[in-house]
Amino acid sequence: MSPREIFALRDHLGAELKGRTLSDAHDVVSLTDILSQTVLGGRLHELSGRAVLLKLSDQLRSGLAMIELDGIARRMLLCPPDLNPAHLDVLIADAGIDAVVTDEPDRWAGSGIALIVTAQLPLQATAPAKTERATEWLMLTSGTSGVPKIAGHTLEALTGVIVAEGPARGPVPVWATFYDIRRYGGLQIFLRAILSGGSMVLSDPHEALGDHVTRLNARGVSHISGTPSHWRKLLMSGSATQFAPRYVRLSGEIADQAVLDGLKVAFPNSSIGHAYASTEAGVGFAVNDGLEGFPADYLGNRSGVEMKVVDGSLRIRSTRTAHAYIGRNAAALADADGFVDSGDIVELRGDRYYFVGRRGGIINIGGLKVHPEEIEAVINRHADVRMSRAKSRRSPITGGIVVADVILADGTDPGRAKEIRDQILDQCRAQLASHKVPAVIRFVEALDVTPAGKLARTDA
Amino acid sequence: MSVRSKVIEAIQQIAKEQHVTLPELSDDLSLHETGFDSLAFAILVARLEDETGVDPFTISEDAAFPATVGDFVRAYENVPA
Repeated sequence: MSPREIFALRDHLGAELKGRTLSDAHDVVSLTDILSQTVLGGRLHELSGRAVLLKLSDQLRSGLAMIELDGIARRMLLCPPDLNPAHLDVLIADAGIDAVVTDEPDRWAGSGIALIVTAQLPLQATAPAKTERATEWLMLTSGTSGVPKIAGHTLEALTGVIVAEGPARGPVPVWATFYDIRRYGGLQIFLRAILSGGSMVLSDPHEALGDHVTRLNARGVSHISGTPSHWRKLLMSGSATQFAPRYVRLSGEIADQAVLDGLKVAFPNSSIGHAYASTEAGVGFAVNDGLEGFPADYLGNRSGVEMKVVDGSLRIRSTRTAHAYIGRNAAALADADGFVDSGDIVELRGDRYYFVGRRGGIINIGGLKVHPEEIEAVINRHADVRMSRAKSRRSPITGGIVVADVILADGTDPGRAKEIRDQILDQCRAQLASHKVPAVIRFVEALDVTPAGKLARTDA
Repeated sequence: MSVRSKVIEAIQQIAKEQHVTLPELSDDLSLHETGFDSLAFAILVARLEDETGVDPFTISEDAAFPATVGDFVRAYENVPA
């Protein structure tokens, strides 16, 4: 018996399972009796103590496999769908993988990994397993162009904030997210659904947004999360009018005032909050006052999360951060005092901190550092703008200038483009230093969003 | 619209945006006397590149930046099609 009781996911699924489901665009799986069923063909015992690569083509089987594997496997590495296959070998070596859970067993036949377990639906009956250990959850960071880093978590760290907040008030929630649950933001929602007694509706990258919203409605989704880019896309699609969730959550990118206000108009009866979290730093905090940024008094120690600002970037220390980067040449995740540098740059204005951008996302304009997000936030404040992207363009005169691509709100008269451009420029000149004012504004139909739900900044 | 009038129109538009009062734009006017700073010129070159498809100052590495309004206009007129 270990000195401290270990809770795995299965131990959170003891009571009150009736009526709860996990579903995607194709299947609905009832959580009733889920502990006496298996997605692994009854082979869970073979994976005991193993370092398991979870490489499945869908979220539903991934989620079911996580429920089974947690507390049994030594570690499991979650592979998001957009993982570059060329990086797999390095990740497998770094994580010491010795087993794969897959839906494509043929692809792994000659891989040198001895244990290949096929995940399959429908579920089969099995004897319920008992938690053996605290499984290490390995998650991949997003946003880097090279091999992603592996961040190691425990279930306790991943669910710290969920347990601290306690069960959601009111009727049992039905959760959904535009994220993939194999990414930190999506996994948070999946774990909330498992721990909070609710159901969950998974996203499907091949489904049109309108069909997705129809499905969210049909399944009675009440709580839903996504990045500001996901939400802007929904607001642009016109599909939001059919949808009335109780709780709308933003995370993963800067939630500027424009998107918060847009959501308030689209969902007048919903609570709207933005959360700060990252794969490395874990869940930092949630802001529910409808305003961008966060109150300055969030710094210091607040319900177990310590935050400080050093050299402009937000640093976080808590029991919810990842505990290490995994791999032979892995850098230290935290400084000597245990603070994780988020790389997110904040600025104090009055009694609030505002996010201005990522340290790595700085563009250089004539030798001056500019955060594209800061410019986008100003452009997005124009009532006719739905979304924008600022970037640098080389200039023979100054080395670089700022240019911006802008998506106008639905139904904007194209004849007003010149007038709107002038108004945006006036707005920028009033609120930004002159080198940050876009030299050129282009109106575009769409902006690329990465599979992780973030505005693509590949050329920034 | 001729290349010349495109260039002049863009100069006037940017002057308006940047609150620069332009003197009369004669060919002999030195660019310095237009009141444009380097950022204003950078904006001008970027917009003209979008409109005309060329940036005559990047095409050749050693292209000298023009000294007068006339030189500047000719840089666009003389770009091989």
